[in-house]
Amino acid sequence: MSLLKLDLENYKDLLKEYIKTKDEQALYQAEQFSKHSMQQNISPEEIINIHIQALQEIYPDMPEYIQSSMNFLLETMISYGLAYQEYQTLREKQLELKSEISVAANMQKTLLSTVKPDLEDVEVGALSVPAKQMNGDYHHFVDDRQGTLGIAVADVIGKGVPAALCMSMIKYSMDSFSGMGTDPNVILGSLNRVVERNVDASMFITMFYGVYNSNKHTFTYSSAGHEPGFYYHKDRDEFEEIDVPGLVLGVSPEVTYKQYEKKVEKGDMIILLTDGVTECRQGDRFIEQEEILHVIKQYSHLPAQGIVEQVYKHFERLQDFQLRDDFTLIILRRNV
Amino acid sequence: MDFQSCVNIKKEWDIVGARQLGRDISRKIGFGTVDQARIATGISELARNIYLYAETGEVCFEALEDMNKKGIRIVAIDKGPGIKDISQVMEDGFTTSGGLGAGLPGVKRLMDEFDIVSQEGEGTEIIVVKWLR
Repeated sequence: MSLLKLDLENYKDLLKEYIKTKDEQALYQAEQFSKHSMQQNISPEEIINIHIQALQEIYPDMPEYIQSSMNFLLETMISYGLAYQEYQTLREKQLELKSEISVAANMQKTLLSTVKPDLEDVEVGALSVPAKQMNGDYHHFVDDRQGTLGIAVADVIGKGVPAALCMSMIKYSMDSFSGMGTDPNVILGSLNRVVERNVDASMFITMFYGVYNSNKHTFTYSSAGHEPGFYYHKDRDEFEEIDVPGLVLGVSPEVTYKQYEKKVEKGDMIILLTDGVTECRQGDRFIEQEEILHVIKQYSHLPAQGIVEQVYKHFERLQDFQLRDDFTLIILRRNV
Repeated sequence: MDFQSCVNIKKEWDIVGARQLGRDISRKIGFGTVDQARIATGISELARNIYLYAETGEVCFEALEDMNKKGIRIVAIDKGPGIKDISQVMEDGFTTSGGLGAGLPGVKRLMDEFDIVSQEGEGTEIIVVKWLR
């Protein structure tokens, strides 16, 4: 209260000064006064009240109609004052929510973390960047240390928190499959049943599962409606699309997935991705498949991790540093 | 020295009557211009809720005075449909009167004390108090 009284004196002096001089200095101080008032949570009707009181003191014989008109103005400000207070409460709430989501995002990072394997013959590069705070893409490596490496790449249709929650479920299901062997078609079939039973019908998950066998240098894979990857033939210097049929996870309980196998030669690359890569946009234009392959080729002299990072940087810049969808890119290359 | 007076709310015009009576009582108690305006706005909101959702009801005023403080108590009572989820209507940003009303959270901000009892199908009673400082 004393602060308010103090402000009244201050305000009265400023107002007097301004009426006398019409000086910019006084107006600048008025600006300071309003900022200070906002810090003290003083609402607009109180400012008007201070104004009325100041006027009364400066002009003791102020006409009655001025007084009435000022009271009228005060009355109209009450709702603005309320809206201002509500705005402040909502802003605090928003900050709270934001920090809660960032805690959740960190937790998700820990839950879904996967260790990029360090193998002798095959080099692996992997990068996954969420468009918002939480990632709806997922990739996972399973290294059995006997020469086979499983690689899963998945994408929930949708972004943000619901997609992220869904991914945690996928990860734990896959962990529980560890005794079931490594056949991609078996793994996708089992996951399909889990998703079908547990996830809302409006949510779809696509997944690519591949196994690299470094004893035989073969790549075995199946896809559940996932974005096609690419295969790079070193000898022909050509890319080939890895587009295999397969229904997305969770649509029907009994789906069998087909399994395919490829012989991998020295220098060949396997490129797996999500639609956040292929559906990059420059303005209103979707980029062409050739552009992605061209960029990959441009950096193919780098180690696999270097390639995925440079490709990401390229498309991040192309999209003005605002990702529209979660971006995941994995590259495997046989070196020996 | 308690005295109590009520205004029946049946038509929109009655909202004005309730404001007027509430303002007169607050002035007599000694509230300043800003608080009078706040009290009147709170009364408007309570009376409008009755008019819009319960059709009829009343708003009552009581001057409060004890050893060291004075104030006004306003009670809005109706036999309307009641409020199903009170927590929801007390949430900021959830305004019922087309987004333009201050809503019940607004009334709570304008006053010092706020209490609400509502039973679905039976009605609602809202009691607010503002103290003179």
